[in-house]
This record gives sequence, C-alpha cells and structure tokens, in this order.
Amino acid sequence: MQNYKFTKKRNMYIMTMRLLMWASAAVTCSLVIFMIIYVFIKGMPNISWELLSGEPSYLEEKTGILPDILNTVYIVFFTLLAVLPLGVGAAVYLTEYAKNKKVVGVIEYAAETLSGIPSIIYGLVGMLFFCQFLNMKTSLLAGAFTLVIMNLPTILRTTQESLKTVPQSYREGAFGLGAGKWRVIRTVVLPGCVDGVITGCILSVGRILGESAALLFTAGFAHALNGIFEGMWSSGCTLTVALYVYAKEQGEFGVAFAIAAILMVLTLLINLSAALAEKYFKRRRTV
Amino acid sequence: MSNMITVKNMCLWYGEHQALKNINVSIPEKSITAFIGPSGCGKSTFLKSLNRMNDLIQGVRITGDILYNGKNIFDSSVDVNELRREVGMVFQKPNPFPMSIYDNIAYGPRTHGIKNKAKLDDIVECSLRDAAIWEEVKDRLKKNALGLSGGQQQRLCIARALAVKPAVLLMDEPTSALDPISTSKIEELSMKLKENYTIIMVTHNMQQAVRISDQTAFFLLGELIEYGNTETLFSTPKDKRTEDYITGRFG
Repeated sequence: MQNYKFTKKRNMYIMTMRLLMWASAAVTCSLVIFMIIYVFIKGMPNISWELLSGEPSYLEEKTGILPDILNTVYIVFFTLLAVLPLGVGAAVYLTEYAKNKKVVGVIEYAAETLSGIPSIIYGLVGMLFFCQFLNMKTSLLAGAFTLVIMNLPTILRTTQESLKTVPQSYREGAFGLGAGKWRVIRTVVLPGCVDGVITGCILSVGRILGESAALLFTAGFAHALNGIFEGMWSSGCTLTVALYVYAKEQGEFGVAFAIAAILMVLTLLINLSAALAEKYFKRRRTV
Repeated sequence: MSNMITVKNMCLWYGEHQALKNINVSIPEKSITAFIGPSGCGKSTFLKSLNRMNDLIQGVRITGDILYNGKNIFDSSVDVNELRREVGMVFQKPNPFPMSIYDNIAYGPRTHGIKNKAKLDDIVECSLRDAAIWEEVKDRLKKNALGLSGGQQQRLCIARALAVKPAVLLMDEPTSALDPISTSKIEELSMKLKENYTIIMVTHNMQQAVRISDQTAFFLLGELIEYGNTETLFSTPKDKRTEDYITGRFG
C-alpha cells in the first residue's frame, strides 16, 4: 500500500516536471516566432525598390536606405580587411612560435574577457582614441577601427582553437621531410585551420552587422551617398544605426521595421553560410 | 662496410629527467639496425635524436656527439632541414597529409625546390614504386591520401620519405599500428630498401628484429645494454639483462 502511494507521488512529480518543461519550451518558441513574424509583418510592406535604392532627402520628403546599405558594406569590408591578417597572424604566433606558455595563457584569458565586455565601452574608447586623439573625426574609418579592436579577440580565439586541432603528426611529418618552420605552417598547418578562420570571419560579420552602440560614438549618422574611399573618411551610418535613428529620432517606424526585416534576413543568410562553410571544410579535411 | 652514424658519449635530458645515459654506438651503412627494449627505455628518444626531431620538444638537452658521415649534427654549421632531408623518418602512426596522394609525395621535393612538373611526376612514380604501392594507387593519384587503408598509408609515408632521396631512414615502430599482412609487406619492403638505404628501426616485436635486422641494440632504462650482430645477440647474449628480456622474463 505504501509502495503504491510512493509510485503515485512519483508519477505526479514526473507529470509536473514534464508540464513545466513543456511550458518553458512553448513560451520560448512562441516568443521567437512572435518576434520574427511581428518584424516581418511590420517591415515587409515598407520594403520597396525606392527605399532600397534611394537616398533620403528632407527637401523632397523621401527616404531611402541605399547609403546605409553601402556604409554597412564598406565597414564590413574594411573591418575584415584589417582584422583578418592581424588576428590570424597573432594566433599563429601565439600557438606556433611563442615559447612562454604562461604569457600566452594570460593573453588568451585577456582576449576572452575582451570579447565579453559591452560594446559601448569599445565605442567610448574608439571615440577618444581614433576620432579625437588620431584626429580621424567621426568617420566610417574610425568606426571600422573600433570594430577591428572589438572583433580581434573573436578572430584570434577561433583561429587559435582551430590551430590546436591540427594534428601534431602533420607537423612532425613535414619537419621530418626537412621543411622549415614557415613552410610547415603555410602548407600544412594553415590549410588545416581554414574552417576555423572562416567560422570566426562569419561570426565577426554577424557582430559587425548587429553593432550599433560602438558605431553611434565613432561612425556618425550621415546618410550621404558616397563611394568607398570618400565614404570611409566621412561620417555615415550603418543599417543598425540607421534603424535607431529612424525609430528614435525621426519616428519613422515603417522604415525602421523595414531595416529590421532586412537585417534579420541577412543574419539568416550569414548563419546558413556559416553552416555550409563548416560542412564543406569538414568534408574536405576528412575524406 | 663503413659507418654511417657514430654516436659518442651521448646523454639526453627532458628537463631534470635523464632519458639517455652515455650512449656509444656505430651504425653501418646499407643495413637494418633494430632498437629493442621495454617501453620507456629511451629507444624512440634516441632514434629521434638522430635527425634532431627532439629539437621540437621543449626542455630537451643533449650532450655528447652524433656524427653523421663524420660530421657532428649539432655543429652550428649544420642545416637541420638538410639533415632531416638526408636522414628521413617514418612514424609510428601513419601520418599522410590531408592532400592528394600525389601532393603527399611531391611535398618533400617541392620543399627542396623542385618545381618542374615532369621531374616531379618522375619522382612520384619512382618513390611509389620503391615503396611497393604504385600498382595500388597509380589510378588515384589525385585522390585524398586519407582514403587509403592504414597499411597503404604507412607505405605512402615511406614513399614520401624516399622522395627526398635520403641516405638514412629512421622508422619508429612502423608496423605497430598495422595488421599482420601490412606488417609483412613493410618488412619485405625494408629488406629490399636496405640495398640502397641505411635503415634504423625501433620495434617492440622481437620476431621482427630477428627476421629483418642485421644489427640489434638493446636499450634498458636509458642505457644501451648490448649491441651487436642480430643473430649473435639473440643466440648468445653477453649480458644477463639482454638474455632475460629476449627470453621474455620481463618487458
């Protein structure tokens, strides 16, 4: 009899826990789905060819986000251009050359901490250092440099982790054939960690697209249509910053939601390409 | 037969731990020399010293001389990459690079500056033939080397080592990760290769040492206990410890 009571109690417990877990899963899913649907419903009707290809003008009372799209492209391009060689180079040095493992450990820890601090702090430092001290003014270039610092730890760590997965036996094999250090790294080690570099790259692009706080301080708010070179030297806002400006300062919620929808599609594309790239390089490495 | 490698009073430390104690040995050319001994006795460490692969490990300190063709390999005038080209190495676990079979073999020659396509083709075919694997892979040279079986991978690694035209081949338990059929193929291959190369092989398998080697060196706890003609060493060992080991009393 007692036994039966115990079983009943236990079944109750199991049922309650299952219900609770089901409920939290349901809430999580519906929140995510709600967000996506809400943004698309609000944003989609406002996306038009005129919006995508035009520039804003207060005189003609029209809006367009082409300059913002271009600014985003410029800043992604320049940031990657600077952060990739720096980050990969540093990672190769730290994993392959550096002798003092203690110092390397400290640097790795510092990089991990850096990648976790709020981006507005990068913005503040970037504004003081790049815009004022280095006299770059408020410009896309200053913004790009700020994002370089922000993404350096990501690239560094993902590359390092991937370098560590290249089997030591590959290095030994190459050294055993009389290859010098740099040749071993260039021909055996680096090709083995391309997937890590690409993963880091895609993560960084995602972060750059989503970044607003750091750019508010450094890159500015201008909507002027510029070519890539004069664009980098002048103030300009990216899609995320434009979203903020349209929603908060101009009350143009339609445009803001249109940008939000575009950013969401972009993020989806980036995640998809990350998954594809990883799959592709894994296959190439193992077959 | 002249001596290819002469080692004089060599000691080696990993940090504070002394792994090799006062090794003296002369290895004749164009023969197979086997290093036997229980795990951790220093035979692999010694093998890796002969082409300075131990340089890659931090905290290794070596005293004494290793003469290769009469020249001390620790001399500052020695180019370590050139030394490793002449004293090639085959590892315990087959370690082909994740590239095509062709590129694996061509890796060494390319490293040493050969770019001519026809010449590379020649070297690739020659090396694969010498390693007795040409017939098995000639139709799939562009395929990834990691798709080969373990035994084929190991023969590929031997071919890769041969491609840089070494004089000495160091083999670190080359058959311990392989099945019996692959093992006998590698053994046959070694017997054939000794006509042109000096082979030094670490092995855990005493039958293997008896089957293929000309000289045998027995290591114990970092010391070279006994070294001599394989037949003599196995039939009439001079040292009690050698006798105990080869009769299976420990190890």
